[in-house]
Amino acid sequence: MWENIQYFFSFQDTNILYVSLGTIILGSSAAVVGSFTFLRKRALIGDAIAHAILPGICIAFLLSGTKNYVFLILGAFISGWISIILVDYISKNSKIKEDTAIGLILSVFFGFGILLLTYIQQSGNAAQTGLDSFLFGKAASMVLQDVIVFSVISILLIITVTLFYKELQLISFDEAFAQSMGLPVKGLVFMLSSLTVLAVVTGIQAVGVVLMAALLITPTAAAKYWSGYLPRILLLAAVIGGFSGFSGAFISYIAPNMPTGPWVVMVLSAIAFISILFAPRKGIVAKWLKQIHHRHRIQDENIIKTFFQIAEEEESFGEPKTIALIREKRYYSYKLIRRILKRLKRHGYLVENKAGYYLTPFGQRKAARLVKLHRLWELYLTEYLRIAPDHVHEDADTIEHLITPELEKRLEEKLGYPAVDPHNSKIPYE
Amino acid sequence: MSNFYIILTGSLVAMSCGILGCFLILRKMAMVGDAISHAVLPGIVLAFLWSGSRDSLTMLIGAGTLGILTTFLIEFLTHKGKLQSDASIGVTFTWLFALGVILISAFAGQVDLDQECVLYGEIALVPLDTIILASGTDIGPYAIYLLGAVFLMVVLFVSLSFNQLKITSFDPQYAISLGISATFWNYLLMSFVSFTTVASFESVGAILVVAFLIAPAATAYLLTHDLKKMIIIACLIGILSAVGGHYLAMSINGSIAGAMASVAGILFGIAFVYVKLTSKKVAKLTSGVAVST
Repeated sequence: MWENIQYFFSFQDTNILYVSLGTIILGSSAAVVGSFTFLRKRALIGDAIAHAILPGICIAFLLSGTKNYVFLILGAFISGWISIILVDYISKNSKIKEDTAIGLILSVFFGFGILLLTYIQQSGNAAQTGLDSFLFGKAASMVLQDVIVFSVISILLIITVTLFYKELQLISFDEAFAQSMGLPVKGLVFMLSSLTVLAVVTGIQAVGVVLMAALLITPTAAAKYWSGYLPRILLLAAVIGGFSGFSGAFISYIAPNMPTGPWVVMVLSAIAFISILFAPRKGIVAKWLKQIHHRHRIQDENIIKTFFQIAEEEESFGEPKTIALIREKRYYSYKLIRRILKRLKRHGYLVENKAGYYLTPFGQRKAARLVKLHRLWELYLTEYLRIAPDHVHEDADTIEHLITPELEKRLEEKLGYPAVDPHNSKIPYE
Repeated sequence: MSNFYIILTGSLVAMSCGILGCFLILRKMAMVGDAISHAVLPGIVLAFLWSGSRDSLTMLIGAGTLGILTTFLIEFLTHKGKLQSDASIGVTFTWLFALGVILISAFAGQVDLDQECVLYGEIALVPLDTIILASGTDIGPYAIYLLGAVFLMVVLFVSLSFNQLKITSFDPQYAISLGISATFWNYLLMSFVSFTTVASFESVGAILVVAFLIAPAATAYLLTHDLKKMIIIACLIGILSAVGGHYLAMSINGSIAGAMASVAGILFGIAFVYVKLTSKKVAKLTSGVAVST
């Protein structure tokens, strides 16, 4: 096992080198081109193209009688193009929606391709063996010639994307705006579609028809969670695509009966799922933690405020309050209150003795500020927005947690440091 | 007789798929159906390994589970992960399909499945695998009974819950206000899509199931506004595709399932052109009226 790994990474075997290079190039160039279709919210069009090139390949073979790359790629290119045009035409000229059109074209073209392929296979033409490598990919058996063809096409793709970066960016984010700036939007869309077809035609030989969509979509889906800046997304997608391609080649070398294409997709998907779950800020877990943090803060502040309200009513600042007393004012479950009080104690807002809980001076200042914000906001709503005093409480209850010190200062100045709120409660200043 | 069995198999698949396809299209979930038909693959392989045979019940359970998992994963990525919905579909089904292919390779010795079969099935073998009773009488192919049962299940499901499916397809908000759970019916419909896919798998393969799910229903959608009529037309077009496909395949000696999908596509093309021509006439007539008044 270990020797195998060492042998792999020594790249002495030219085959290993070709396969690794080929999958890296394919993975990264498909990812870059895929980013733009992804951002144009047409991610699945790549899936349609991947299925639709099969009849083109078969017809090219039938017409030319050879397995010459140039003919096959030309055939694939043409039928890939026809599929895009048909999807567009059907969804624009009938009540059929785009996703239905994509599914329709994808499956019918593929069915037709299978019909032709089986016809060719049964016709007894000896040259046909290997045509089905388009169906399942043949990454593990790439030779120098393949790598050269892929590299040329990939370099072409990357150069075009770099040259037309600004234009592509515009039509990906805001087609209407691009149009209004006088850009040749139709031409650019045509170019992007051609690039996608080219990426699919080459990439399909590595991973096969069904999984091609992953090569286009998944790297960007993952990269999007780490950055919102397009050049960084493109670079990251390319790296993820290349790395996954390489990993697939590596795994299928270490475990020889394992197919390369599906492993490329497995690695890609693993990266995507990790990104979606754990990416900082945009990941699901990060968002979830932020939500919890926010919820805790609101609960904490509500309880602190309750201490102040009780004390204000009973004029008993500094006296301990029992949990039962707090629950009369703010009906949280017993367990929840215990948890909140524990948190507040840890942060130094509260102390506990035998008789109950009371606010520390630090806690009292915090409570006074919250009550002040609440009442200032109520006053602001009644004075400036002419909202009836009995309608302002709910709104103030939400906003009091969010008002920043700057906003607080402006409120105080605008209202002229008022003494009481609309309900005639005293506004506490420090 | 074998011609008859092949056409019957194709028609049963086409009708079950056509009925479900109508609802998929109305819900704008055609590609979710496509995703499910790919994603049931690992379920089938695991069911194979679990039961050690092509036991239909285990397969249906395996596929049903995967169908629900796929739907759930797509919804999870879209709503919780904030991934755009087309990308969620793409990521989910390619992942599960890759997993399925890897499982097939890993257990190649134990699983009687290959990639070709997965992609386009082998309907020509259907008449050979017959059920022979203890008395020795041959009562016809196994697949006919399986697909017949699935077809009956689909018909029963759709006719019993027609109103719920209809309301949740057209106006989920309104359905919720009536106390009908859109989510529940969505998952139930997707389970039926998975059952049908799996039952059709061996005869037509994963991708051609999609042709039967979408093409006849899309054709019917062009031709009528009435949901009941749409379902009936979809079934008729499905049968027509099965018959036409069979004879097309016979004449050029190619894949039967592939030919059926091609014919379904041709029928769609004819309907599309027909609707386009007649609607142009109507448009001209109405614009003429507008000018004269």
